Amino acid sequence: MNSVVLSKTYPQPPFCEREVLRYAGCKEADKEVVALMNACLQEAKDKLSYKVCYRIFSVKTEDELCDFGAFRLRSKDLAVNLKNCRRVILFAATVGIELDRLIVKYSRISPARSLMMQAIGAERVEALCDAFCADMAKETNADLRPRFSPGYGDLPLVCQKEIFSLLDCGKRIGLSLNDSLLMAPSKSVTAFIGII
Amino acid sequence: MFFSEYLKKNIVYLDGGMGTLLQEQGLAPGEYPERWNITHPQVITKIHRDYYDAGSNVVCTNTFGANCLKFSDDELEEIVQAAIANAEAARVQSISTKEKFIALDIGPSGKLLKPLGDLDFEEAVRVFAKTVKLGVQYGADLILIETMNDSYETKAALLAAKENSTLPVLVSNAYGEDGKLMTGASPAAMVAMLEGMGADAIGANCSLGPKQLCGVAEELLENASVPVLLKPNAGLPKSVDGKTVFDVTAEDFADEVAALMKKGLRAVGGCCGTTPAYIKTLADKTVGFKPVSIVTKNKTVVSSYTHAVEFGKTPILIGERINPTGKKRFKQALMEKDLDYILSEGVRQQDKGVHILDVNVGLPDIDEAEMLKTAVCELQAIIDLPLQIDTSDITAMETALRRYNGKAMINSVNGKKESMEAIFPLVKKYGGLVVALTLDENGIPQTADGRFAIAEKILDTAAKYGIDKKDIIFDTLAMTVSADNKAALATLISLNRIKNELGCHTSLGVSNVSFGLPNRDAVNGIFFALALENGLSAAIMNPDSADMLKTYYTYKALKGLDENCAEYIAAADTFTIANAVVSEPKKTAEEFASELQRAVIKGFKEKAGEITKALLADVPPLEIVNNEIIPALNTVGIGFENKTVYLPQLLMSAEAAKSAFEIIKAFMAGEEKSAAKGIFVIATVHGDIHDIGKNIVKLLLENYGFQVVDLGKDVPPEQIAEKVAELHAPLAGLSALMTTTVPAMEKTIRLLKEKAPWCKTVVGGAVLTQEYADKIGADKYAKDAMETVRYAEMITEGGDAVC
Repeated sequence: MNSVVLSKTYPQPPFCEREVLRYAGCKEADKEVVALMNACLQEAKDKLSYKVCYRIFSVKTEDELCDFGAFRLRSKDLAVNLKNCRRVILFAATVGIELDRLIVKYSRISPARSLMMQAIGAERVEALCDAFCADMAKETNADLRPRFSPGYGDLPLVCQKEIFSLLDCGKRIGLSLNDSLLMAPSKSVTAFIGII
Repeated sequence: MFFSEYLKKNIVYLDGGMGTLLQEQGLAPGEYPERWNITHPQVITKIHRDYYDAGSNVVCTNTFGANCLKFSDDELEEIVQAAIANAEAARVQSISTKEKFIALDIGPSGKLLKPLGDLDFEEAVRVFAKTVKLGVQYGADLILIETMNDSYETKAALLAAKENSTLPVLVSNAYGEDGKLMTGASPAAMVAMLEGMGADAIGANCSLGPKQLCGVAEELLENASVPVLLKPNAGLPKSVDGKTVFDVTAEDFADEVAALMKKGLRAVGGCCGTTPAYIKTLADKTVGFKPVSIVTKNKTVVSSYTHAVEFGKTPILIGERINPTGKKRFKQALMEKDLDYILSEGVRQQDKGVHILDVNVGLPDIDEAEMLKTAVCELQAIIDLPLQIDTSDITAMETALRRYNGKAMINSVNGKKESMEAIFPLVKKYGGLVVALTLDENGIPQTADGRFAIAEKILDTAAKYGIDKKDIIFDTLAMTVSADNKAALATLISLNRIKNELGCHTSLGVSNVSFGLPNRDAVNGIFFALALENGLSAAIMNPDSADMLKTYYTYKALKGLDENCAEYIAAADTFTIANAVVSEPKKTAEEFASELQRAVIKGFKEKAGEITKALLADVPPLEIVNNEIIPALNTVGIGFENKTVYLPQLLMSAEAAKSAFEIIKAFMAGEEKSAAKGIFVIATVHGDIHDIGKNIVKLLLENYGFQVVDLGKDVPPEQIAEKVAELHAPLAGLSALMTTTVPAMEKTIRLLKEKAPWCKTVVGGAVLTQEYADKIGADKYAKDAMETVRYAEMITEGGDAVC
């Protein structure tokens, strides 16, 4: 089966301001909040990168066992998610470390801006994942299952270690894992996508 | 022959890819290639031998990820020993007649360094040191540090190599398509740092093909005075029938690398996707190429983790505001370890356009080494300007230089024997541009001749330590003109002579000249202009001074350093407004007061500060707090609790209130401190690095008059308990975002109950619930920051100990 780790860099996906505000915990925004969001978007925009690395595996599921050939995982929920799929895309996506710097910077001098930068990061990395999925749906000419990440359902966070070594995340897209299994850059996603 | 000798006179051919070849031989996905040194020695030896036979002078051991984070100490030793033995066997077997060397290969640790990651800098140095020592023990000829995508980790690795071996060290970074490292450094910035620390060659490898790395290679060649190396990929990987295929052929690869060799590359090889065939094609095509001689670049530079700043092109501004001298508010911040205040001074100066930040945190009663280290680490986490480390405490200087992520400016050395003996070894080891004051055991000479003579002495002594004159910048000492009317002249003449006769750059603390005179800014501005005209390269200055900025921008515009006068035009507004007399109609205190409430509610940060300043003329500080700020905060707080105000708005108001408090604090600095409502120690627990929630709680608590001691994130239980006990704090707030770190929270609470039984614990964070909080024994679960404030008020008003 395919054992190649590939990387992609995307142009900036379109922004969804409503999503940014939602992540910032804002149901309705007055003009001061919108101004804050725009100022943050302006500052963050050019500091973001959109990188993905991925690998396609074959998959067989049985009860709670997912067998990817090169490795196996025990997770009932993932097995349900991947049911009837014969192949799966395993990917890692990140919008880069510069946003983390902005978050850290403003956490020291302006928590409101820091919160907004967090929200922008959350929206950005989701937008990147969407762009990647749309791209892969086209490339594989198949329907894709919803993304399924470590930490969802019974898929333990600890499988991040395996994912990182399988995808060579450090070398490919500059993504690393800390002792608490958190990713740095923080605005990053790893997930499985079943190919139907 | 030793490698360093060979490198001096020859082009060095390095090897090509290893990982891709091992995958072809059956290395499974996720399997550690380093273990193959032990399990498949013949495969590894064969690959090395093929490279030697293809024409490589250097093969790199199969130890890319061989470090003690991935392997136990025993296995690590076994791996390094076997890896070098495999290379050695290949060297013996090879039929090539070329000089052959073995490089201990060191790749990234796989972890990101603090503060954005969780690997401590010194821990990283220790990790690399272990591998280095083994490489030395088992007989490597040189060390290749490669594929590093973070400047800070590169520094840790190079420091480990230098401290634990005398082998030549080649350092190669992985640059992205934007020509920068993942963490932002440009090639010029890397050259500044690595050359300063004594790297024997500097280069780039991996990530891209030779064509895409062309710009990076050229920038390295432009800036480096040491050999430049390049090991590109065979282009980009593609998937063809389930196999990795790279899109640049051996022929094209060789042609593209050869073109760069003509421009000056001195060590060449390949990375991912390249094979012995690529190296052979390259070696064959470039037979007879003469090594381009390496020209020493006479560039005076400092660098941050992103960019280099070069002296001599346009005047450099060094912001002087991070310094407690004569600043009550700054001293107070240092005593309280209020890093946020120091950081905001840094950001403010950056926004004003300075190029470098001076960092001085010396106060008689504090541990300066610790404070300076903390300040440097925190500043370089969020501000991408190079720092000038300013201290007379040698221990503090070394501690800070060691941790500095780049090539720092060092403030300062002088002509005294003792000073030079202490500072020059640090410059040699860590790199740096050192400010040299023209004074010595006999004081500051009154004449320019005397200062010039000291400068010559300093240069001579520096040369003995192997420090080039480009890394020394002279400060000819601006003296008070009101005390001696020839003082400014002596300064100007000596800097002119140092610039023109010694060919060195100069820097001045400009504002000393006006000490004791009225309207000092006017004097400083003109003196700055005179100094620039006499060749001054940099000024340590106050970016809040309109006169200084006026001189700076005008000078650049007049000297042809500002195209279309664009910078002047952009800046002109700011320095005229700063000087203008406010001519608005005078408002009454009542008008100001209601405006202040509105500013806080609306979250207008600057306005809240300005109005408070105006109010303080007529209204006592406490009245402003109690009658204006607190009611405004309450309005917003109640709105938040009723869900009519959302989190960003709550924070914006809190920041506006803070900016008002900041004005009041500065106004009252030095006065007897009004009793805080109580001390609240807060921290994000061990293992967790999420601190936004904690920071929100801190801001609000401060707004409501609590003294908050913020221990930061990832804080061990012992440290929290110790601090609470030391301060006899009545309240401790703990935050955790992840289920995996709740046990650390539980442990902290247990320890607090034991060491500080009087203290109430409040917990919060995304994963916590009332149930969880009860289970781990917290006194209070707060669902948001407002609830924490309400609880804190209840506790402190309820008659519990208030310190």
